[in-house]
Amino acid sequence: MSTQSQRPSARWFTNAADDEKTIYERSRPGRRAFVAPPSGVPERPLDELIPARLRRAEPPRLPEVSEPEIVRHYNRLSKRNFDLDTGFYPLGSCTMKHNPKLHERVAALPGHARLHPLQDPEHAQGALELMWRLQEALSEIAGLPHVSLQPSAGSHGELAGVLLTRAYHEDRGEHRTKVLTPDTAHGTNPATVTMAGYEVVKVGTDARGNVDLDDLRAKASDDVACLMLTNPSTLGLFESGIEEIAEVMHGVGATLYYDGANLNAIMGICRPGDMGFDIVHFNLHKTFTQPHGGGGPGAGPIAVSERIEPFLPRPQVVRRDPGASGNGAEPEPEGMRGVPPRMYDLDYDRPKSIGRLRGFQGNYGVFVRSYAYIRSLGAAGLREASEVAVLNANYLLARLRQEGVLELLPVAYDRLCMHEFVLSGAPMKRELEIKTLDLAKRLLDHGVHPPTVYFPLVVEEALMVEPTETETRETLDAFAATVAEVLREAREDPEIALGAPYSTPVRRLDEATAARRPIVRQPL
Amino acid sequence: MSRYTSVTDADLREMLATIGLGSVAELFADIPQALRLDRSLALEEGLSEQEVYAELRALAERNVSTDDEISFLGGGMYDHYVPAIVDSIISRSEFLTPYTPYQPEISQGGLQAMFEYQTAISELTGLPVSNASVYEGPSAVAAAGYVAKLHNGRRRFVVSSGVHPHSIETLSTLARGWGMDVEVIELEDGVTNLDNLAPSAFGEDLSALVIQQPNFLGAIEDLEALATAAHAAGALVICAADPIPLALLRPPGEQGADIVVGEGQTLGNRLDFGGPSFGFFAVTEELIRRVPGRIAGETRDLDGKRGFVLTLQTREQHIRRERATSNICTAQALNALAGVIYLSWLGSRGIVELAELLAQRTAYARDQLAAIPGVSLPHSQPVVREFPIAVDGDVELVIAHCRANGINPGYRLGPDHPNWLLVAITELRTKVEIDRLAEVLGAAVAAERERVPA
Repeated sequence: MSTQSQRPSARWFTNAADDEKTIYERSRPGRRAFVAPPSGVPERPLDELIPARLRRAEPPRLPEVSEPEIVRHYNRLSKRNFDLDTGFYPLGSCTMKHNPKLHERVAALPGHARLHPLQDPEHAQGALELMWRLQEALSEIAGLPHVSLQPSAGSHGELAGVLLTRAYHEDRGEHRTKVLTPDTAHGTNPATVTMAGYEVVKVGTDARGNVDLDDLRAKASDDVACLMLTNPSTLGLFESGIEEIAEVMHGVGATLYYDGANLNAIMGICRPGDMGFDIVHFNLHKTFTQPHGGGGPGAGPIAVSERIEPFLPRPQVVRRDPGASGNGAEPEPEGMRGVPPRMYDLDYDRPKSIGRLRGFQGNYGVFVRSYAYIRSLGAAGLREASEVAVLNANYLLARLRQEGVLELLPVAYDRLCMHEFVLSGAPMKRELEIKTLDLAKRLLDHGVHPPTVYFPLVVEEALMVEPTETETRETLDAFAATVAEVLREAREDPEIALGAPYSTPVRRLDEATAARRPIVRQPL
Repeated sequence: MSRYTSVTDADLREMLATIGLGSVAELFADIPQALRLDRSLALEEGLSEQEVYAELRALAERNVSTDDEISFLGGGMYDHYVPAIVDSIISRSEFLTPYTPYQPEISQGGLQAMFEYQTAISELTGLPVSNASVYEGPSAVAAAGYVAKLHNGRRRFVVSSGVHPHSIETLSTLARGWGMDVEVIELEDGVTNLDNLAPSAFGEDLSALVIQQPNFLGAIEDLEALATAAHAAGALVICAADPIPLALLRPPGEQGADIVVGEGQTLGNRLDFGGPSFGFFAVTEELIRRVPGRIAGETRDLDGKRGFVLTLQTREQHIRRERATSNICTAQALNALAGVIYLSWLGSRGIVELAELLAQRTAYARDQLAAIPGVSLPHSQPVVREFPIAVDGDVELVIAHCRANGINPGYRLGPDHPNWLLVAITELRTKVEIDRLAEVLGAAVAAERERVPA
């Protein structure tokens, strides 16, 4: 089989087709980049400072390379990555929206970037005010009165939420052992439940793609601590029975946890707090534009109701000026010089707190970016972002329908979707003999990142598409045409998709062997 | 049209027509009427880019950063020099903007960098297996505790009080959910002393001993003796370690630690008021299938070419769900990338030279400060980058005097040691600055001794 003719173009990749060496393979004894400054102090024999028995016999084996080599190595490596700034990235559930460049500039200001985490609050007023303002804004967006910025990512926020639930119930003298999660839930939900010491109970999905209310009622008991829910769900559908769900859960004394992965669909349109949720996490790296960085950093702040507030992690950012209450809409205090000292502070005096979840105050650099985003968009802009996210998703779905794609990849639940939708590749697999994975791999040759595949688990051969609000209509049109083209091609010759991709730096990789005989570091 | 969208009025009309709807409001028909927000969010209106920049700069200027004062603050994060190549490389869109590498064919850059990072961490820690990062230091300690719980199912941790207080607290937060106890051993002359424990502390219910190298008071621990005692009780040994000092110290993995974790900020990451940084996480071969988070592994593609994938994914939440070894998903990939770039920049010899420089300057600073009347050293153990001092008088007033002279003399330790300061020395603190610290601190302590005669 000639693969040459099947390469549409390698537009995202340079000619770095040669086998990339690792930085260790470029290492040569004696090369270096770092030059130490002179110590400047009278030096003493090392043996006097640190006894030999506590010291290493040999230096750690790190690469020995010059600066030009490091730069070229990592720049070449970077060209073996597909990235959001270069092409369409409709990865469902991940909200791959544009990362504004301003944010990198403001986060790098020395007053933010070189601020030590143990700086006295009096000398970190700008940072604490920023955090407080972000808390206020997130509180308003969630419709819940209190926010902790501490969790480091969505799953960390989930863990905080379940531990808060435990603290809340224990405070009431209740011992509960189960947490409900829908069968459509993100994997982090059940994993969190186990990690927090509870048993997972799965709730089914009904014919419309919503939580099966009968199943929920049957499983809701006074042994249940919490229901973790994503709304819109991972199927991209709004849980239209949410009011009843909240009633059922609150009726048995359980808390309702909102997985904020899909918050991008509803900002300024409706609010988890108004739906009855007690605890919400935000993924600042999804909804609030922190770049994903190839797998982090992120941040997973949580907003909570009054009854959960006493248990929030320590420390909490507070504003100490009795009399003023804020909702983030207040004007700048007049004249920075007039601000009383220690207006913003870290409050450790929280006797019912679950304690810390991590070091220091959270991923502050992420807060700077997300705060800048909220300030740029304002109330109207956030609402518009969600409206366009939902518009783009429904438009893309309609365009895929026009292109005939849905005949082979029907939408899992044929309703209006929210910011994303899930297709099933089952008919495609039957008729064309290619799987969702093959479609995804062939899309790589067309310069688009594939949608999320094989999730949620309740949809056979699932393909989960989230275009986000920052894509143009032309990009969506082109994607619909590309999927149609891959299907047409597969109808003629399925082997092409089965062998894809062809234009990428490597072709399909043997993951089974990698897992069976793991090589997780370079042998030296 | 908001800042980052591109739907024109014409687009909107045509897109709605394609969908078959008459208005944007109809898109949200599934949301019950009672739940729709009938007002705007109470947030200020959006701003232009230059206005946002100005506001964020004004906030930055109300912070006193290590650019603005001579800072000897440490206590878990340190003001090291970050070389320009780190910023240059990690700000490339190809590293900055992708998601977790779920499609390995178009993610070889990130995956290979993870593999290189894992190799470097393995070398520093002396353990064969490293993951590709967790959130940060203290939560890494808690994550290590969870591995111990999964591994031996025992119900108690014994933690040295030389472990960072944030780590102890984070582990305690999680341990409550696991129904496990955390018992703290006191230090003696700055290091962990097993004699301070009841013999029953190392009983059959001990899941893991948790120690830190160098410890929170800067002292180098003799890990081997501690590890031997814990292993004799059938427990695991978790060591939180500081990576730059590890250039000089015996690797914890060689001294018996089963899990070595730590804060990665010092490896090419900014202070950022405490994050984002990264946590590193390394284990023995025996524990490889219990490691949390991403691990990159080497493999071959269809043409036999070397490539890298996320491996052992059956540990992870997206595959294993409630039976996963951790719930972690997004970690700190970009910060870990900064880490491996920084370690490559230092190289084998450079990291040793840097650590020796820290040890020399720190020894000098310790001598200079200890020579001040009214300043004493709470412990005499060897240190690399950090040490505590005790001052006569009100430490708050001493700090205030130093700060009035442009010096932040260090971190005031908690209520257990009301007159102690933890002083950290990085390569950015020159001899001139150390001398200035000694001078200013000396004057401050003298003033205090005059105010309140001993």
